[in-house]
Amino acid sequence: MAIKMALAGNPNSGKTTLFNALTGAGQYTGNWPGVTVEKKEGKWKARKDVTIVDLPGIYSLSPYTLEEVITRNYLLSERPDVILNIIDGTNLERNLYLTTQILELGIPVLVAVNRMDLVEKSKDRIQMDQLGELLGCEAVPISAQKGTGVLEAAEKAVALAQKQTSFALPYAFDERVERAIASVGERLGSDIPAERKRFFAIKLLERDDKIVEQIQTLPDVSDAIEALERTFDDDAESIITNERYACIASVLKSCYVKNETNRLTVSDKIDRIVTNRLLALPIFAAVMFLVYYVSVTTVGGWATDWVNDGLFGEGFHFFGYEVPGIPVIAERALQAVRCADWMQGLVIDGIIAGVGAVLGFVPQMLTLFACLGFLEACGYMARIAFIMDRIFRRFGLSGKSFIPMLIGTGCSVPGIMASRTIEQDRDRKMTIMTTTFIPCGAKLPVIAMIAGAFFDNSGWVACSAFFVGIAAVVCSGILLKKTKAFAGEAAPFVMELPAYHMPTAGALLQSMWERGFSFIKKAGTVILLSAVALWFLQGFGWVDGGFALLEEGQAEYSVLAAIGGILAPLFSPLGWGDWNMAVAALTGLIAKENVVATFGVLSGYAEVAENGVEIWSVLAAGMTAAAAYSFLVFNLLCAPCFAAMGAIRREMNNRNWFWFAIGYQTALAYAASFCVYQFGTFAATGTFGGGTAAAILVTAAFLYLLFRPDLELKRVYGKKKLGINI
Amino acid sequence: MKTLKEISCGETVRVRKLSGQGAVKRRIMDMGITKGVEVFVRKVAPLGDPMEVAVRGYELSLRKEDAEMIEVE
Repeated sequence: MAIKMALAGNPNSGKTTLFNALTGAGQYTGNWPGVTVEKKEGKWKARKDVTIVDLPGIYSLSPYTLEEVITRNYLLSERPDVILNIIDGTNLERNLYLTTQILELGIPVLVAVNRMDLVEKSKDRIQMDQLGELLGCEAVPISAQKGTGVLEAAEKAVALAQKQTSFALPYAFDERVERAIASVGERLGSDIPAERKRFFAIKLLERDDKIVEQIQTLPDVSDAIEALERTFDDDAESIITNERYACIASVLKSCYVKNETNRLTVSDKIDRIVTNRLLALPIFAAVMFLVYYVSVTTVGGWATDWVNDGLFGEGFHFFGYEVPGIPVIAERALQAVRCADWMQGLVIDGIIAGVGAVLGFVPQMLTLFACLGFLEACGYMARIAFIMDRIFRRFGLSGKSFIPMLIGTGCSVPGIMASRTIEQDRDRKMTIMTTTFIPCGAKLPVIAMIAGAFFDNSGWVACSAFFVGIAAVVCSGILLKKTKAFAGEAAPFVMELPAYHMPTAGALLQSMWERGFSFIKKAGTVILLSAVALWFLQGFGWVDGGFALLEEGQAEYSVLAAIGGILAPLFSPLGWGDWNMAVAALTGLIAKENVVATFGVLSGYAEVAENGVEIWSVLAAGMTAAAAYSFLVFNLLCAPCFAAMGAIRREMNNRNWFWFAIGYQTALAYAASFCVYQFGTFAATGTFGGGTAAAILVTAAFLYLLFRPDLELKRVYGKKKLGINI
Repeated sequence: MKTLKEISCGETVRVRKLSGQGAVKRRIMDMGITKGVEVFVRKVAPLGDPMEVAVRGYELSLRKEDAEMIEVE
């Protein structure tokens, strides 16, 4: 008989460790349809007919967070055969709160008390048999990290699933509450089976509007709610929550003794330093520097250089042997079989160069994910949010948004993927949309080119580029926060600060691989196709009245140039309506450093230095400084490269959100560079034209969007309190 | 009436009542801050907000804006 076992528990209860211990490596991971909430499924190593589903970590089955709604919908509609509820033995009281809700679902439950090694070390005593008896289900001790008791727990859960015995709750709420629950339960239709009546009755009493979709015949229970609220002088939701905690307190009283002698734990001692008022920020800066240094500058940087210049470049030395790079090998192989020129071009300049440029980021990303995985698993990530929350929430981001932004200065791709660690859906989406505004490493050559050609290599250009990026993040945060798309109740920042603990190397490697692999897969599909398409547009064109493969120096005849010509008028209000500028911006979609190379090719140079020093004079002759700066601003803010777009698509996990993000970025870039050019021209020439007037209008509209009152927020908070300070 | 927001570090208080409604209130209660529970205010973040409290044997951080909803004695 095939058995479906669901793992449920609080965040940080050791669920993922248990899941990995039971299923081993190489499991299916994905998102729940339409949302970015992780979904994992695997087969139990010991018995392949047992499927284990790892549900999102949650604190409650309330209707207010995405994870909670997904979990309860899953439990209600998929009906797993057994729920393995993992609870943290060092934090019994709050963990059992979720248990009291899971027990009402009418599905067999096994409670696995995790971190027993730590419980024993701190000399706390939990009487397992008694705990199980008082909860009305079995309770077993385990230590997921040490691997003790894990097999026994899974076997017991399977046995429970096969028995499928119904059970009655041995504990009860206040009798007045129980009466109300019973009365609502009686009114439920026959579509709700008896063992689930309690769950639905409580949800109806709590005025849970999301549960309504699950019930066919909805009884009117307003009288029961009102009577209950009158009796207790509180709202029904609070009454039930209070009752749950009261029951837990009475359960724990007879089966749990906490050792009170050793109050200050190691975790407390670490926290005294790490979140100390004076030391917290310097320590945070040091940690961030270390993460950045390891993953972008040193280990990850070296590995990425090796992949880019060695594996996907000229080749590399391996213990004294010269190993050719993949393009070199491919070229030799294709020449050996006398392959057609265009085929060689497609394979080497299109596929290998395109995909290679993207795969080059993989080592950097894997190093970064290892660092982030460590920060997350050891508990410091929650402290980062604690320290930084004050700053970032002002513009609609989360304290954890700092990490993606910082990483984004190296490369947006891992930056966007680092947004995974932000729990609130809204904050995460906002972070994904704004991370690419921060100038990444690949944009630096563009900045250097403009600074050199137009501004006498002045340092303020690079400086202002970062300022533009940061301003774009801040303004977007404030502006988007007020739009309908991001409206809705502000996510409460009520967050657990978990005890510090050392993660295992295996768990770190696993989380690193899971995140990295999803990106590699993307590189193999969408990015591959985009690279091929762009190569084709760049390499083919109309010469001498026919459509043919272009030779070197014929770039202006390419299809891409034709497209550039069509797009160019679009950019003339920005000051750079020349077709080759448009083409340069287009090739920036493959990788931003291509912008400089494209200028070189279009100006007749086969190859130019990274900052394009050879073409400075050509450029300077072609346009004004205002136009050049406008071009820079556009390239800084517009849609990022394919690799970053792939990351956005994957992290948004929703087509509409993806196009919204790309559209917003490009629109903002267009508006900003339009204003830069128009105002710059006005300042330089002193002529006030239609363009200047339009720029004033655009600026005014932008300022309005930025400073208008936040109607959406007022609507949400209106009931709670007015005059809230944002 | 005092709220949790006004309590200084190192003090222990008992929750009297929670005002407000909806997601924020439910989340606060789900995390164990319910009527009658003892809350120890451990510290305030370096920038003055949010605050860290110990409740039901674990550490919780919440914004002062939300702590204002918690009446204590």
